[in-house]
Amino acid sequence: MQDELTQTSAPVTAPNLLPLYEESARIMTICNACRFCEGHCAVFPAMEQRLTFDRETVDYLANLCHQCGACYQHCQYADPHEFNVNVPRVFAEVRHSSYAHYAWPKGMAWAIRNAGRFTILTTLLATAFFLLGVTLSGDQSSEGVGFYAVISHNTMVTIFSFVGWLILLVWYFSIRSFWLTTALPGIFNIPLPVYRRAMVSILTLKNLDGGHGHGCYQQGEVASQLRRVFHQMTMYGFLFCFVATSLGTIYHYGLSAPAPYDWLTAPKFFGVTGGVSLLVGCAGLWWCRRSTEQAIETEDGGLGNSLIGLLFFTSLTGLALPLLKGTEYLAIILCLHLGFVLALFLNFAWGKFMHSIYRCVALLASEYEKLRQ
Amino acid sequence: MKGDFDVIVIGAGHAGLTAAICAAESGASVCVLEVSPKNVRGGNSKHTRNLRPMHESALHPLEGSYGFDEYMDDLLRVTDGETNQALATLTLEASANSVPWLKDHGVAFQPPLGGTLHLGRTNAFFLGGGKAVMNALFQCADKLNITVVYEALDIQLDVDNGVFRRVDYSHQGNTEHLTAASLVVAAGGFEANLEWLAEAWGDAALNFLVRGTPYNRGDILRQLLAADAVQIGDARQCHAVAIDGRAPQFDGGICSRIDCVPLGIVVNNQAERFYDEGEDFWPKRYAIWGRLVAAQPDQVAYSIIDSQSAGLFMPTVFPPVEAPSLRELAEKLGLPQESLSTTVDTFNHSIVEADFNHQILDGCHTQGLAIAKTHWARKLDKPPFRAYMLRPGITFTYLGVEVDANARVKFNDSTCTSNIFAAGEIMAGNVLGQGYLAGIGMTIGSVFGRIAGREAARHAR
Repeated sequence: MQDELTQTSAPVTAPNLLPLYEESARIMTICNACRFCEGHCAVFPAMEQRLTFDRETVDYLANLCHQCGACYQHCQYADPHEFNVNVPRVFAEVRHSSYAHYAWPKGMAWAIRNAGRFTILTTLLATAFFLLGVTLSGDQSSEGVGFYAVISHNTMVTIFSFVGWLILLVWYFSIRSFWLTTALPGIFNIPLPVYRRAMVSILTLKNLDGGHGHGCYQQGEVASQLRRVFHQMTMYGFLFCFVATSLGTIYHYGLSAPAPYDWLTAPKFFGVTGGVSLLVGCAGLWWCRRSTEQAIETEDGGLGNSLIGLLFFTSLTGLALPLLKGTEYLAIILCLHLGFVLALFLNFAWGKFMHSIYRCVALLASEYEKLRQ
Repeated sequence: MKGDFDVIVIGAGHAGLTAAICAAESGASVCVLEVSPKNVRGGNSKHTRNLRPMHESALHPLEGSYGFDEYMDDLLRVTDGETNQALATLTLEASANSVPWLKDHGVAFQPPLGGTLHLGRTNAFFLGGGKAVMNALFQCADKLNITVVYEALDIQLDVDNGVFRRVDYSHQGNTEHLTAASLVVAAGGFEANLEWLAEAWGDAALNFLVRGTPYNRGDILRQLLAADAVQIGDARQCHAVAIDGRAPQFDGGICSRIDCVPLGIVVNNQAERFYDEGEDFWPKRYAIWGRLVAAQPDQVAYSIIDSQSAGLFMPTVFPPVEAPSLRELAEKLGLPQESLSTTVDTFNHSIVEADFNHQILDGCHTQGLAIAKTHWARKLDKPPFRAYMLRPGITFTYLGVEVDANARVKFNDSTCTSNIFAAGEIMAGNVLGQGYLAGIGMTIGSVFGRIAGREAARHAR
């Protein structure tokens, strides 16, 4: 009998792929013949639209995957079956690889592959930069009040708007190269319902509900909403802080009312609630990651923890600032805070933060495909 | 309590756990003995995807109705009357409660899967498939303090005059004994026991692939029959489909299916056609192809299509054997080249052209062939040509023990009321004597699992 006939391991459907993508194509081919997991999340309906799985398709499907673990828990072909199907784990690896692959400029892929080291390095350098600046400039910024007595508003604006524009540039190229691998047309040619449905998925984290609404499977076979809740506390906490910063900008320039603000003002409200939400969310996510089922977990070089850590400590130091007003610790905590913020900004461009953007694009693409059917 | 437990259940599949849960909910103390290790538990149930409940009105996730009369007509048609009418009636009526019962026990459902729209009205699909069902039921069992012993090997029943006395088994190298007031046997069929199958099928059985668990060896069934339980069905009756010949010997499950049979031709290893590939829609006919292939030399066949059929059938787990010409395809498959060319030429010349439509019973058929193809007949002339090797894939067996309406096992010449109850595949032959109806196996397991659990607990009181 010929080899092709007696082959007992599942096939590779697209040639010349990296081992990781070969493995993904092998698993997707099995899943596409089985289809039992269709109801769990957006990955499987998208898979069913395809017969072959090349690198771009696998990147797209992997970025749709929220690693809820349901398909692994329910898989009749999971280890110890010889097919050894494990979608969440292989897709987690693909996602890490894809963040590096779509990074811009190409050279910055190393920052994603060595996320832990990159984060520690950038945090240290950024903090040192601010400390050094404060020390060298001495006690001269007496025209400012509060934090601005330590570092002037203009200095902060200059530094962070420069980094901000850099991030936008990086996002443009990174998103563009990922976007072009999907079925999506230009942003103005996507029907509104697609945006609306993708938005609902994002705001509710629908794809972590297991398909039955009871949540995901991080710790064994019992579904739990904890990770979904912690993730959304992190996400909404972050968005609240973003709103706080934007309001601060409006207050500063529009209303000529510079910081610091009283506790009962809008920027403070969003900043404090967002910050507390971030603390709880990040701590929860860190705990979730630690207790995640080993079978679906992967080594990511500190990629996940770096974002959680930066958000947590940015929030912690940010919340500490108003409490330290008028004390000798203000300057050092402010420098530390700004160091975390700057490192976080770099994470926006070349770190785990990008998962949110690729995830949004993938969700848009999946809603677009559904609508086109 | 008259023993170590009120109720012992043998077999931790869907029927067994249903019985165990119902018994425990009736207040009984329950122990489940399962031969498999924990990480492959769930028997054949972990490979299932739906059950077929009667419903007079819409029953989420099912639309419309599937009433008793229609259901019974379907059952009588596929079994050709080989069913116990009273038990069939009971099964169909009680099946109306199966979906609510499973939902109450943590099982989620979903609309029909892609490629199964024809089952959307009749079959309720489990979200995540049968393993998700089993996980939910094991969680229930845990909450009810049901003892589950995995790797309970070499289970020996002591049955005297139709009465269960005790069970011996070995566990982690030790011999254990347990007694209980009643016993539920839900240990499945014997499809993984090729030697037993060979008693009925001859050596042909040695070429069968087993789609489910390797643990369904029928040991408990054998012991009950030896203890003079009334046998139902015969050993040749089983559900067997034609699956990819490269599937694993065991546990290949759903994804080993080959759905392109109606789109091309099927030949045996002499490169000769042997049955009308286009007789009816594939879902209505796929269950006969296991037997058809089993009847061919070496129990092997080849489904051959050309490039016109790409994308018209469910994707396969293994890639097809592909060649630019029939001659090369024959060589790759190890088929006689002349014979395959002749078969395809004859087939191509016999085709009456019509509008091809694989979604209806179209007019494309052959004329003048000894074995006609009555629908979807198109010339095989668009390379590349593709082929899948087919083997009989046995899913479950029908030979079992006869039960009454209380799931109580019947014994020949017994003077006692038996304390042995049966559920699932081990007694499915009472309702499904032959043929196949999608989802009927899980339905029987659900109905008789609940009856057996309830009655076993009642008997223990």
